[in-house]
Amino acid sequence: MNPTLRAVMLFSLMAGLFLIVGFGQSWSVALTIFNLCLISAVMALGVNIQWGYAGLFNVGTMGFVALGGVAAVLVSKAPITDAWVAGGGDLAIAAVLTILTIAAVVLTYRRTEKGPIRNLAITAIIVLGYFPIRLFYDPAVLAIEAVRPAYEGYLGGLGLPILFSWVVGGFFAAGAAWVVGKIALGLRSDYLAIATLGISEIIIAIIKNEDWLTRGVKNVSGLPRPVPYEVDLQQTDWFIDAVANLNDGVLAALTGTERTGVLNQLVIESSSIFVKLSYSGLFIVVLIIIFTLSTRALNSPWGRMMRAIRDNEISANAMGKNITGRHLQVFVIGSAIVGIAGAMLTTLDGQLTPGTYNPLRFTFLVWVMVIVGGSGNNMGAVLGGFFIWFFWIEAEPIGVWFIDFSTSWMAGDNPVRLHLMNSAQHMRLLIMGVVLLLVMRFNPGGLLPEVTKRFGAQK
Amino acid sequence: MDIFTDILNALVLVSNFIIVPSIAYGAQLALGALGVTLIYAILRFANFAHGDFMAFGTMVTVLITWWLQSMGIGLGPLPTALLALPPAIAITIVAALIMDRSVYRFYRKKRSPPAIFVIASIGVMFVTNGIVRFIIGPNDQRFADGERFIIKARAFKQMTGLNEGLSIKVSQGLTVGIAIILVMVLFWFLNRTRTGKAMRAYSDNEDLALLSGIDPEKVVMVTWIITAALTTIAGTLYGLDKSFKPFTYFQLLLPFFAAAIVGGIGKPVGAIIGGFVIAFSEISITYAYKKFLTYLTPESWAPEGLVQLLSTDYKFAVSFIILVVVLLVRPTGIVKGKVI
Repeated sequence: MNPTLRAVMLFSLMAGLFLIVGFGQSWSVALTIFNLCLISAVMALGVNIQWGYAGLFNVGTMGFVALGGVAAVLVSKAPITDAWVAGGGDLAIAAVLTILTIAAVVLTYRRTEKGPIRNLAITAIIVLGYFPIRLFYDPAVLAIEAVRPAYEGYLGGLGLPILFSWVVGGFFAAGAAWVVGKIALGLRSDYLAIATLGISEIIIAIIKNEDWLTRGVKNVSGLPRPVPYEVDLQQTDWFIDAVANLNDGVLAALTGTERTGVLNQLVIESSSIFVKLSYSGLFIVVLIIIFTLSTRALNSPWGRMMRAIRDNEISANAMGKNITGRHLQVFVIGSAIVGIAGAMLTTLDGQLTPGTYNPLRFTFLVWVMVIVGGSGNNMGAVLGGFFIWFFWIEAEPIGVWFIDFSTSWMAGDNPVRLHLMNSAQHMRLLIMGVVLLLVMRFNPGGLLPEVTKRFGAQK
Repeated sequence: MDIFTDILNALVLVSNFIIVPSIAYGAQLALGALGVTLIYAILRFANFAHGDFMAFGTMVTVLITWWLQSMGIGLGPLPTALLALPPAIAITIVAALIMDRSVYRFYRKKRSPPAIFVIASIGVMFVTNGIVRFIIGPNDQRFADGERFIIKARAFKQMTGLNEGLSIKVSQGLTVGIAIILVMVLFWFLNRTRTGKAMRAYSDNEDLALLSGIDPEKVVMVTWIITAALTTIAGTLYGLDKSFKPFTYFQLLLPFFAAAIVGGIGKPVGAIIGGFVIAFSEISITYAYKKFLTYLTPESWAPEGLVQLLSTDYKFAVSFIILVVVLLVRPTGIVKGKVI
């Protein structure tokens, strides 16, 4: 089948699924799923750049998503002056000492030959640096976390509009990816996977435990929004008028208090939908920008080079391509996109909850999206993001319905039936695994396989 | 005399909080890492489904244990779970073989690159994880019974007259005993039996092994059988020692990989050494040495803080820092040389 036609059909199918949810469940649910689908699509684009373009096996997605979330907090929350006064000085000294130690390690690494002397020297520097750092760091942390611990107990942020954090989140993730890439990219594919999985766990451990920075598992909630609040909208004249105009047909038949009551109800419902639509608008803009840029990159000489490296590193190297350099580049770019998605996610949630970062949902599920959608094809990654997130959410109601239906011959209080009904939510993991395995086996290219343009004589 | 007691107290303190737990945890890690390493040596990929597979084996043990307990069958002072192990291992082996037939064999025939195997194992991970949560739920399950302690802290104190107590749990003793027996049997199998030698030959040079008439499917099957047995036992021992929770088992994947790679992936001896290295570093780096130092130093020197190198929450991070350092400094791991 013509790839374009295939894409159009699959995306129409997706749209149809949203319509079914909209009419069957509610438009609010449909929009919630839609917004997370958009974020998932951005994440999938990031992983697709790494795996689909360059064949880099990075399963540390979760860490970069979380870094984006941290950026959202650090950009948007107001700075907490008392905490800065209490521990800022010591913390700054600790930071300077850390930088000095790292600089000393890097210098020693560059200036010495490989061998036991280098290893010993580096170990000595790290040990010598560690204790002075702790000497300043520990009191700083204690002082900061003692500032109104029930509400704050952390340094706060910069107090800037949260939209900036989407860019900052990208840079955070890119910086971390650069460090990780410098260390880990020389490894063969499955070692790289293990190393990135571990690094993402380390990032989460840091975010969970460094309360002075992120409040840890106490969560930061009430992040400012880039879109209006429902409560404000419900008080705004133009919004009420717009709702009244849109529902003219229903309202015209009513009068007096009855009309006011119905109108109020409509305004409350519409305000929630309006907020979700505003988020969708912002996310769509980001998705379109990233999609356009990455597709242009893929079709450029750079993209052809990346695919050449992916398909045969040795011959690409013989052609004079800098494999390590390109790998690092693509690793940083892909991770930055994931970081942007992470910041968007935290913005949408309005809170940072480090306890909820789970590799199944934030790393492996994104991988399922890319593989099922079609690795190497941006359209495929976006489609995968939509389909997989949709079924990840809808698997539960479908599972409940399915189990209810298939056990309907049992008695209502049958323990087996009750157990199955209670466990229905875990069906989603099973379904995702089965979908991934089936696609890999029977349709390894994914829903929208990679399109390779061939130039020259080929019929 | 006083100094002597102080030193003894410090030693007992360290044994109780670092050495005994590390040995038990290290043995559990070693058994898990042996599974990872065997799969790596024979099937040549890093099995991401290993942690969830362990959860599956343990779940079967837990279910059989509950059934035995409800029938009133037990082992007296020993946990009933030991009685449930053989049937549980049998069921887990069947599950492993079904999984291999339905998923991995296809890619083996196609000689797919390792990355494809790893992604397939991610699919298997989702499926196993889903099945386990579906059957037993995501919560903590306790299934330990029988005696809890070999030596109780208070009895030890009365016996020796020291301030510090030493307690050894039955599960810890069992873990070490069973692990020693298993490792001995495994090495005997790999070095002395025909099938074991075939496995080593296959892992060393696949094509040469095929030429000498070794049946690859049989080698792979035996590998899965051994792995399933080791994993179920490791999971059950871990569950008896701590508790059974599917997500914790999924997270154990990280220390397993770390142990296997630190020791030298594909080498059973390496997996065992790696398991203990990881266990000792995780526990000793996150232990607060305040009391220990108080015993050993004059009173005026007593430290103010906890004297803890890293907070306990960084337990999992420790194994990965070690892993990254080993990958950088010595990518072959501690034990070099031929695979298996």
